[in-house]
Order: sequence, then C-alpha cells, then structure tokens
Amino acid sequence: MSFIPAPISRFFHRTASPPHFYALADKLMPWLTILFLLLLIPGLYGGLVMAPADYQQGDSYRIIYIHVPAAWMSLFIYVLMAVMGGIALVWRMKLAEVMLISSAPIGAGFTFVALVTGSLWGKPMWGTWWVWDARLTSELILLFLYLGVTSLYGAIEDKRSAARAVSILALVGVVNIPIIHYSVEWWNTLHQGPTVSKMDKPSIHVSMLIPLLLMAVAFKLYYAIAVLQSAKLELIKREPSAQWVKSLLENKA
Amino acid sequence: MTLESFFAMGGYAFYVWTSYGITLAVLLWNLFAPIVLRKQLLRQLALKQKRGQR
Repeated sequence: MSFIPAPISRFFHRTASPPHFYALADKLMPWLTILFLLLLIPGLYGGLVMAPADYQQGDSYRIIYIHVPAAWMSLFIYVLMAVMGGIALVWRMKLAEVMLISSAPIGAGFTFVALVTGSLWGKPMWGTWWVWDARLTSELILLFLYLGVTSLYGAIEDKRSAARAVSILALVGVVNIPIIHYSVEWWNTLHQGPTVSKMDKPSIHVSMLIPLLLMAVAFKLYYAIAVLQSAKLELIKREPSAQWVKSLLENKA
Repeated sequence: MTLESFFAMGGYAFYVWTSYGITLAVLLWNLFAPIVLRKQLLRQLALKQKRGQR
C-alpha cells in the first residue's frame, strides 16, 4: 500500500493484529457498556413511561422503540458486513474476515427481532400477523442472507476460503438493502412509510422521537459490544496454537 | 401513571411485553453465547497445553 503513509499503515497493521485487537476489545468493553446503559435506561424509560400513548394506536405503538431500531440495525450491520467483505477480498485482511463472520449472528438476531416485533405490532393494528408485501418479504430475505453467511462459513473447512466465499455472498446480497429501504415507496404496501427519516418534518412528536433515537444509538453500542465478544472467540478459534493465545493462557493460569 | 396501568399497556400488554421479552432474549443470547464458548475453548486449550508439557 505505497499510497498510504507508512506510519498510518503501520498503525493499521498493529491494531489489526489479533493480540492487539484482542487487548483493545478488552480495554474498550467497560466504556462501551457504560455508554450503552446510559442510553438504554433513559431510552426505555422515555419510551415506555414518559412518552404519551399514540392517539390512534394507543400503547401498542410502544413496540416502535425496539422494532424500528432493530430494523435499522438489520440494514446497518449488513452494509458493514459488505464493507468488511470488500476489504477482506481486496486486502486479505484477517480482521475484516473475523468482523464479517462475527457480525452475521448479531445481524440475524436484529432481523429476527424486527420481523417478530413487527408481527406482534401488525396483529393488533392491521389484524394480521403477516402479509407477503414488499417490505416484509425483503426483510425476510435479509434474514436468510444472514443465516446463509453463517452456514456457508461453517460448511467450508478451510477458513481462508470460507471467508472469501462469505465475503462474496455479503457483497452480492447488499443489493437487497436499497430494496428493503425503498420498498415502502416503490410498492403499495401495508407497511407504513418512513416517519423519522423525513428530517425536515418528521411526523413524530419530539417526546416520542427522543427515546427512539436513544434506543437506536443504544442498539449500535450493543452491536459494538456483542461483535467484539464474538470476534474475540473467532480470533482464538482461527489460530488456537498461536503464540499470543498461549501467553493469554499463561496469564490466566 | 400507576404500576398496574404500566403493565396493562392500555390493553396491549401481550403484544408489547412479548415484543420486549423476545428482544431481550435474543440480545442476551447473542451477547453471552460467545463469552461462554470462549471460556470453554480457553479451558480446553489450557488443558491441552498442560498435557503437552508433561
């Protein structure tokens, strides 16, 4: 990488080396946890207690405080995975492969949460648990993409080639992301249009919006915490006999 | 607001609390499963290392 200044590329190589990254994850963990709780607690309190009931939907709308942040995360994590996949393919960076594969179950979890909470919200409001409309169907495909990444990675014995295959899958699957996002505008669907992203004039009251944004950032921090935990496991799994793992074991003993 | 009306969620208690409960379960699982698995793996590796030294 001749076009990147040497100190910067050295910094990246050092940070991305497994032992440094492992130690960095441990150092960041308490701060991320504190920040997560500082956002989660007021977010939940604001959403479940402080915010008024919706004039049409009553208290059922309070599902929004997990449904929408979870749906945002399901898209956000997939885009991150595609970026990691690109980096892994071009630069063969091990850490990018590890982050990609560690993200998949967390993304699948958020997608599942978005689908289930949407269903639990749809039943009292639309009168049905599920419809095969564009938004719901494309989100279900996203769940299968996440599960596909995890199972493809597990199915290939050599982890370097598994990571290449998974990177390609993550990149190809990214076409689904704009489809999900614009599905409510391109097709006539039962799912409501965006309420928050019309920033000039969001059609949601500020007392409802603030807890929603708090929850959205809290979910991002949850992802950071969970992906680091997952990456720590994956790094050890990748090279169980590496010197840094041995010294890790000696420090523990 | 009373505690009772908080839990009742204006008659939508089942939908609201099931949503929050499932979310909590999924998020806890994804957070703690790798931690438990890592501890198990480290214990196995430590055992192997001890055997190798003898």
